[in-house]
Order: sequence, then C-alpha cells, then structure tokens
Amino acid sequence: MSDVPHGTTIVAVTFTDGVVMAGDRRATMGNVIAQRDIEKVFQADAYSAVGIAGTAGLAVELVRLFQVELEHYEKLEGSTLSLEGKANRLSSLIRGNLGMAMQGLAVVPLFAGYDLNAGEGRIFSYDVTGGKYEEHSFHSVGSGSVFARSALKKTYREDFTAEDAALASISALYDAADDDSATGGPDVTRKIYPVVAVVTADGYERLTDAEVGEHAETVIAQRMTEPGGLHAPIR
Amino acid sequence: MTAPFYVSPEQVMKDKADYARKGIARGRSVVVLQWAEGIVFVAENPSKALHKISEIYDRIAFAAVGKYNEFEMLRRAGVRIADQQGYLYDRRDVTGRALANTYAQHLGTIFTEAGKPFEVELVVAEVGDDAGEDQIYRLTFDGSVFEEHAYVAMGGQAETVSAYLKEHYTDGLPLADALKAAVGALSATDGDPRELLAGQLEVAVLDRTRPQRKFRRLLGSALEQALA
Repeated sequence: MSDVPHGTTIVAVTFTDGVVMAGDRRATMGNVIAQRDIEKVFQADAYSAVGIAGTAGLAVELVRLFQVELEHYEKLEGSTLSLEGKANRLSSLIRGNLGMAMQGLAVVPLFAGYDLNAGEGRIFSYDVTGGKYEEHSFHSVGSGSVFARSALKKTYREDFTAEDAALASISALYDAADDDSATGGPDVTRKIYPVVAVVTADGYERLTDAEVGEHAETVIAQRMTEPGGLHAPIR
Repeated sequence: MTAPFYVSPEQVMKDKADYARKGIARGRSVVVLQWAEGIVFVAENPSKALHKISEIYDRIAFAAVGKYNEFEMLRRAGVRIADQQGYLYDRRDVTGRALANTYAQHLGTIFTEAGKPFEVELVVAEVGDDAGEDQIYRLTFDGSVFEEHAYVAMGGQAETVSAYLKEHYTDGLPLADALKAAVGALSATDGDPRELLAGQLEVAVLDRTRPQRKFRRLLGSALEQALA
C-alpha cells in the first residue's frame, strides 16, 4: 500500500511533571514525500495527546472521532474520563479498523497524557488489533521508531524537566530521520520543525514553532561536531 | 357503552399550558445576560451534581428551569446533535439557531401530541465575535421561540427578576458588574431581599476571548472572588 500517505515517527517521553509527545512532519507514499509539513501529534482533550503512525487518512479520521468521543463524554457526564478510560476507548477504535489493517492499511497511534489521579504523565502504545500496552519512561511508534527508541534509551533520565524531555524527543527524531528515509528531520530552510506537545497538570500545551526551532537549532549545533549525537559514557 | 366527554381543543391546550406554567413557576429562577466579553448564566442551584446550565458546543450553552429529568433529556439530545453535526461537517457549522429550531420542534410536538407537556423553559445562547453577534433564544414549553437581547429571566419569579434587571442592566457591563446585577435580580423576591452566597449559585460564562471552547464554569474560590 504505497499509494496512500503514511505517517512515520512519533515519540513520547515522561518527565517529572508530565509527558512530552513529539512527531516529525513527513508523510510518504512509497518513495515519494507526500507532505513535508503534516501534523501527526494532536490534542485529544485537555489532558492528553495522541500521535499517529500508519495510514494517514484513516489515522486522522480516527483521531477526529476520538476527540469528539472524549468531548462528548465530558459534556454529557459533566466530568472527564480517567486516563485509563480514554486509553481503553482508543483501543476499541483501533480494533474497529482491524479489517483495513489486515489489508495493509494499519493505524497505530501512541497515546500519552497526564493522569490527574496518579499525578504523573503516562504513555500507552497499541498494536493493530487494539491491544493496549502501558509504556514506562519513553516510547516511540512508526517506521523510524527503532532508531528513536534506541536514542532515547541512551539519553533518557528520570529527573528530566519538560525542556529536557522536549530536547531528548527532538534529538531522538533527528536520529530516526538520520536512519529512516520515511522520517523527516528538522527542515531549517523552510523552518518546518517537529510538533512538540507538553502535557502536565496545567493541561495540554503545544510548543510554538519558535520554541521548537530553538531546540532544533541546539540539536543541529550538537550534531555539527558529533553527527551521531553526544557520546554516552561506556564506563 | 358510554360516550366520552367532549372537551374542546381550546380547553385541552389551555389546561396543558396552565399545567406547564404551574410546574415551571414552582422552581427557582435562572438569569442569562450579556456582558462585555460574552454571555453569563446564573442559576440559584444549591446542587453541585445536577446542573441547570451547561456547555453544548464551542460557542453554545444551555440553561433551563423546570423539571430536571425533562430538561436533562433535552440537554443530552442537544449535545448529541451538536457533536454529530460538528463531526459530520465542521465545528463552525454548529449553530445556536439550528439547535433552537430543533428544540422548538421537539417541544411543540410534545406539547400537542403527548398526554403531558414538558414543564420546562430553556435558553440556548451563542456567543459571537462581538456583542452584536451574540444570540439568545428563549424556548417555552409549547415550542415557541423568542429571540432575546440583553437579558432573560426564567422560572419561579421571572417577572420580579426581569423587573430588577430592567433597572440594573446596561450594555457592555464588565463580568463582575453583570454578575452583581444577576445575583441582585435572583435575590429580589417579592418579600424581603435574600442574600445569595456562592454555594447557592451555579454560574457559568461564554467568554468570546477564550480559544475554541468558550464555555467556562465559575467554581469555588474563582466564583467567590468574582462575586466579591
């Protein structure tokens, strides 16, 4: 199925006060770049974010339905769903797409949010059958996810601040773009940078292009001297 | 076989209307008024769980008086219709006018066809980009729609409350003053004026300066501050 746009890499990283989610901006159709400024990280509701990898058309529609469902529940019941509840709902939406997934049009989102009951940021990943798996510390989905996850494995620290988590995410996306042709790196000539969302007890906030641009410049400056990223100590 | 008594349609409608009016008059009042940056809703409602005021969509809110289970059913239907329309088309295609029309149809049908009319009165309000574009629709138990400006009072003491607002309302009030007028109006009963505290009030606003979802409840300390 190389004739419809596909989304590529999404990462999520927890930090002391919440969770950061970031996604590159590339959509591909086979070897062609279908779109260079697509957005794949969305606000699900006031306290959660959803990032999409896989068939872009189906994924965007799935997110739209998910957003409406969360808002609808909130208005009808006068209270928001628990983070688990939202994650379970997304699970059944993905399961609904199983038939298409079996024909090669899979949608695999990454869900992250701030759990108001537990007081922490949490990450959930899914498989095409709707299986829901809670991830700890960080996770990544999409074609470049193997590289992004390996990068985060080396850079992740328990005491990350929001800024650290954002930098680590952008850095991990850089590594994904470095080795996966379907993932886009920061486009400095067009000023197209990853979408970065921060979710804390204060709610969902998308970093501005200027803020992400600054982080991207930091990462690029680093790579000028160390193309593979900062050396991790081996001893 | 005995023939049923003949009752003229006029009499049936009159009886139904009287019945609905009596039911509505038993409840406490709700006021809806425009302020500089939107529309404010104030209800005398000691319950924190059963709302008389709620969000319908981005720019639209709902307020009701009367029988809770009846207006709650209408509220839920409104949220469902709005969310469906917004999902099917676009968020901008959900309008207060269309919703008021739908409610009018429902209420009208129930009034004429059901054995018992709904004992409710509703306000559907939509906040615009400026005060001139704000829309406030009042719907009565028989499905009549009235487009209102500036302020509306519904429920038990609607006339007394309206009379108070007529004296104290001016266009372009800041939120604190609009709230003061609303609370003053709800306190102004026929007998001695009562003092209403934050705990007895349900207050929400449609605030045109907010992004996307304009509805916001004023709760706890925020409400106390706004009333002070």
